[in-house]
Amino acid sequence: MTENRKIGAIQRRLIPSYIFLILFALFSVFPLFWMLTAATNTTVDVSQGRLWFGSFGAENFKALLEGAPFFESKLWSAMRNSFVYAVTQTVFCILICSLAGYGFELYHDSAKDALFGVLLLAMMIPNVATMIPLFTMMSKMKLLSSVWGFMLPAVATPFMIMMFRQNSRNFPVDIMNAARIDGVSELGIFFKIYMPVMKSTYAAAAVITFMNAWNAYLWPRVVLKDPDTQTMPLFIANLAAGYTIDYGALMMSVLFCSLPTIIIFFILQKQFAEGITGAVK
Amino acid sequence: MEKRRRAVGWAFLFTASAMIFIFSFYPMVSALITSFKTGSSANMKWADPWYNNYLRMFKDKTFIMSLKNTFLYLIIQVPVMLVLAMLLAQLLNNPNLKCRGLFRTCIFLPCAISLVSYSLVFRTLFYDTGMINTILMKFGIIHENIKWLGQTNTARGVIIFALIWRWTGYNMVFYLAGLQNLDYSVYEAARIDGANGWDTFWHITVPQLRPVIIMTVIMSINGTLQLYDESVNLTNGGPAGTTMTMSHHIYNTAFQGKANFGYASALSFVVFILVAILAVINLKVGDTRD
Repeated sequence: MTENRKIGAIQRRLIPSYIFLILFALFSVFPLFWMLTAATNTTVDVSQGRLWFGSFGAENFKALLEGAPFFESKLWSAMRNSFVYAVTQTVFCILICSLAGYGFELYHDSAKDALFGVLLLAMMIPNVATMIPLFTMMSKMKLLSSVWGFMLPAVATPFMIMMFRQNSRNFPVDIMNAARIDGVSELGIFFKIYMPVMKSTYAAAAVITFMNAWNAYLWPRVVLKDPDTQTMPLFIANLAAGYTIDYGALMMSVLFCSLPTIIIFFILQKQFAEGITGAVK
Repeated sequence: MEKRRRAVGWAFLFTASAMIFIFSFYPMVSALITSFKTGSSANMKWADPWYNNYLRMFKDKTFIMSLKNTFLYLIIQVPVMLVLAMLLAQLLNNPNLKCRGLFRTCIFLPCAISLVSYSLVFRTLFYDTGMINTILMKFGIIHENIKWLGQTNTARGVIIFALIWRWTGYNMVFYLAGLQNLDYSVYEAARIDGANGWDTFWHITVPQLRPVIIMTVIMSINGTLQLYDESVNLTNGGPAGTTMTMSHHIYNTAFQGKANFGYASALSFVVFILVAILAVINLKVGDTRD
């Protein structure tokens, strides 16, 4: 009885916390909920602030597929490009950065540590500063409007290398030595022992890289000149840049652009959180 | 044997390191050189005087406006967002609280959608006859539609509001991760000594979280100085360029209309210097080893 009363008192004291958290949670979820309902409403309903689901979803979807009178819709090609580019970038990024993180941590000496310190400085370089030289470089290498042009500047990042390096701290060196005695090659140790042991780090790195690649906007806008190579963020931004905007169809396109990342968020939230905080440990 | 192993290590880290040099450091040097040049991309020549692009900034009203805007966003949004994130993390760290996972998921959810997406959602919400105006009218708070995105100050307010929406949960996750690693025996001792909640927060939690706090401050400053997606898609820099950010102005200078790589590079170098200066100040302020 007294135990119950004590719990009740604790919960009562938490009421202000609950109120604040509920309000903030609603604030956080509302724009997304609204995007979902707006995707099913006519542009008039959307612009008049209708708050509930309508029956215009199919129409909006059709409008999105057919495109405006003057240009062909790129919805499917944009979705396909986004997937192909983001998956390719993710595979290359986690492979190359994990190799480096592994090398820096498990073979470390003073020269490598110094190099690592230099690489970290790259974190301070703003994208907007490297954008023009990279554009010139890609255009000379004939890589504009290609998956290579899209991903090469983003494949090796100090953040990812640091994340793999930090997480490799707990990797058991004894296993490595035992494997060496058994005659496993250095590369073999990496692929057969390190990779399986570090599964959770790979998952976190993959989630965060995929999300970043999927959501990228500034660099793709610079490098993907051919409309057939545009990704989802470019596609939806173009839809919104017209003179007359079909808000229902626009919200439908935003929904398409957000759905893959929202699904990943719900399934792999833990890995996502680990991915963004990955280097703090 | 030892030598061989060392060489193997270099082989492992070679690709990534080389790529960072090629795609980050080399372009940075190249941008610095380009910033002293003038002309179109095909035939650029040295500017006369060589620092001419840097002189030009002082007379570039759009640049000065974009600098002011970026700092306004920085000064208002970053502190509000980080204080909110810390408060939420503190509340969610209470083991007696129910539905912690649900609250955390909801508040973290905005991070799942792209910057372009949320910019367009907020643009639609704050549209002249949009959702926000409709609700405010219904409750009788306003009597005619506010042109949120058509007036300088409200448009800036919407950008700040949207930024807080998108990034508070993100920073909260950092603080939650930091709070999990705290040494709780100190709290027990403080409680016995009769310290209240505020004292323990200020004298125990904050010092222990210092590295995480510094990291979030640096990341937020870095991100705010590079704001681009929101400026382009939420307000398109408008009305009349009064909400434009530095990155937006640089992109326009380099790729819209008469492309000017030299001047755009000079502007982008200013962003780099600002990022570097603010990061160093932060590390100095945060460093308590005397």
